[in-house]
Amino acid sequence: MSRTITVDPVTRIEGHAKITIHLDEAGHVRDAQFHVTEFRGFEQFCVGRSVWEMPGITARICGICPVSHLMASAKAGDMILGVEPPPAGTKLRRLMNWAQIVQSHALSFFHLSAPDLLLGMDSEPAQRNIFGLLTAHPDIARDGIRLRQFGQDVIRMLGKKSVHPAWAVPGGVRRPLAAGEPETIADRVPEMLSITERALDLVRDVNARYANEAERYGDFPSLFLGLVTPEGGLEHYDGRLRVMDQDGNLLEPGLSPDRYREVIGEATEPWSYLKFPYYRPMGYPEGIYRVGPLARLNICDFAGTPRADRELAAFRALAPNGAPVTGSFYYHYARLIEILFALERIEQLTADPDLISPHVRAHADVNQTVGIGVSEAPRGTLFHEYHVDENGVLQQVNLLIATGQNNLPMNRTVGQIAQHYVKGDRLTEGMLNRVEHGIRAFDPCLSCSTHALGQMPIHVQLRDATGQLLDEARRD
Amino acid sequence: MSTILLTIDDRKVHGESGETILSVARQHGIPIPTLCQLQGASTFGGCRLCLVEVEGIAHPVSACNTPIKAGQRVTTQSPALRADRQMVLELLFAERNHYCAVCVQNGDCELQSAAAQAGMDHVRCPYLSPSLPVDASHAQYVLDHNRCILCMRCVRVCAEVEGAHTWQMAGRGIEARLVADNGVPWGESTTCTSCGKCVHLCPTGALYRKGASVAEMQKKRGFLLRILEGRELGRTGEEPTDDFLVPTVEIRS
Repeated sequence: MSRTITVDPVTRIEGHAKITIHLDEAGHVRDAQFHVTEFRGFEQFCVGRSVWEMPGITARICGICPVSHLMASAKAGDMILGVEPPPAGTKLRRLMNWAQIVQSHALSFFHLSAPDLLLGMDSEPAQRNIFGLLTAHPDIARDGIRLRQFGQDVIRMLGKKSVHPAWAVPGGVRRPLAAGEPETIADRVPEMLSITERALDLVRDVNARYANEAERYGDFPSLFLGLVTPEGGLEHYDGRLRVMDQDGNLLEPGLSPDRYREVIGEATEPWSYLKFPYYRPMGYPEGIYRVGPLARLNICDFAGTPRADRELAAFRALAPNGAPVTGSFYYHYARLIEILFALERIEQLTADPDLISPHVRAHADVNQTVGIGVSEAPRGTLFHEYHVDENGVLQQVNLLIATGQNNLPMNRTVGQIAQHYVKGDRLTEGMLNRVEHGIRAFDPCLSCSTHALGQMPIHVQLRDATGQLLDEARRD
Repeated sequence: MSTILLTIDDRKVHGESGETILSVARQHGIPIPTLCQLQGASTFGGCRLCLVEVEGIAHPVSACNTPIKAGQRVTTQSPALRADRQMVLELLFAERNHYCAVCVQNGDCELQSAAAQAGMDHVRCPYLSPSLPVDASHAQYVLDHNRCILCMRCVRVCAEVEGAHTWQMAGRGIEARLVADNGVPWGESTTCTSCGKCVHLCPTGALYRKGASVAEMQKKRGFLLRILEGRELGRTGEEPTDDFLVPTVEIRS
């Protein structure tokens, strides 16, 4: 008899989801699905609001990465106003965005994933969390908390609060740093770099220890998508859109981000609220692509800071010459390299006198009716697209969220892990935790990603007691 | 003009004939919450937040438009009044779409402040969540019907102080809507002088400066009495007060 195993809820992720694993008569995994069961609907209820309010509203999508939405939204607003923020405004936005990368990646690695990696996939579930980590490895847990605190403190210094700051606005930001604050930030960077280097040592051990398992934790060919600087460097705030295939060929070497719809399509499935984006030229689902730390490190030609470039070289050695790293398990490693990069960039930026310049905001009326804002959220490329009337009132909103773009890869990862570890005749909690960990590697944020309304395809079949199909209705 | 003696909250107080309970209470430092009341403009009596109990009258009355009488015994604080005021506020919050967290007026809002002071921590009636438009057609200002509490301050100050008569109320009861020039987009109004009095005296984020983002709108409420000094208020010798200042509410975020 075929059976279905349900993991509900998936824990230590941001948001609500479940996994179903379908077994065939012999108890082998036939299929596995990652369902996002929550629904938010921001795309719908932002319609009718004014473009100036959007950063503050969309920041509320998420308490973990409010800054990413703030950036994408403010940038979409820049385009609608037809302005470029003063240089100080752009630099300050970059500073907050890097602080966001640090705090969110620290949360993902230390608080959510380290319990699996350091305590073991099969360890006692009641202990397999940040509190268990505090007991078993207090130094590491404290490191993680310190690192996240640093990122949050920088965000708070800029936006006056660390969660949901409504600080970036169309045209720039609301206020610069106060005199002395850049130095306060700079003073703390060396300790944060040490913490990150220690964590990198740790993750190199983990990579070695889990080398066999890494091949089964979502290692498959796919495309990779993200932003790079015009020179091809690692980028999180602006730049060009790049798409790379599994062999390292650049399918899109440097597309203008406002043309994203030409290369990204969105499919839906009836069993999840999360849409399934794909690379349009290759179709669905063949156009499967990954975003986020792994993708960003794969697509860039170089990082651009000394420590991160050294580590990037080591990262590249995980794959055959010139090819991208395809194992989703290495998202963890990539995340730490990005923390290193963000810290180095923050340190460089704190020497810039513009950070305390009062000229941080450009003022303008509505000059364009379409605005597309893109930024690299911790989890991947984030697009906000707004269509406004001549007064700046929203007529249509499209939010393309990083987690959504990793939807196909997460499903494939779940399937791959389940096929290797789940057997119907002997089920253990540890097996199912491995499946969950495959999801955690992507650090999905489901609260961010489920906003479209009225687009869910529905397929209804009316059958009689014998299973005979009587009637059928379909909405695609 | 004769002096009238009465009792408010067991205190012997006095006022002039024709004065209201609210005016006398304020002169004696006795606080009564208000929303629609606007010193310097005519009395409306619409929000019902200033309800007080008067001995001998079976139901509470609004202090802003009830004249004082000799020997009157007024109570401004009681469990029943607190419950009434909370209900008044809850109905205001339920009627339209008030989302403090993402509102331009967050932290400087008279409705928010009144709710905090009244101890309103939730709304017991279902939210109506009406679908209401935002009129951003004016070059400098925005009208957001979602946050309008129909207090008529804008209507009164525009007519009585600016003399422009741009704002009117259209529709009845729950269908009532603020309209410019009998129903054109604000930006097309031929009477509006863009003076901004309505914007700065609006108690909520219903009228605000275009381009303001979340919690960025700070209203300048003191100007009205400065304008009116030397006019009626000057003649009656009434001192401008800082009643307009919104008590600071700590916003947890």
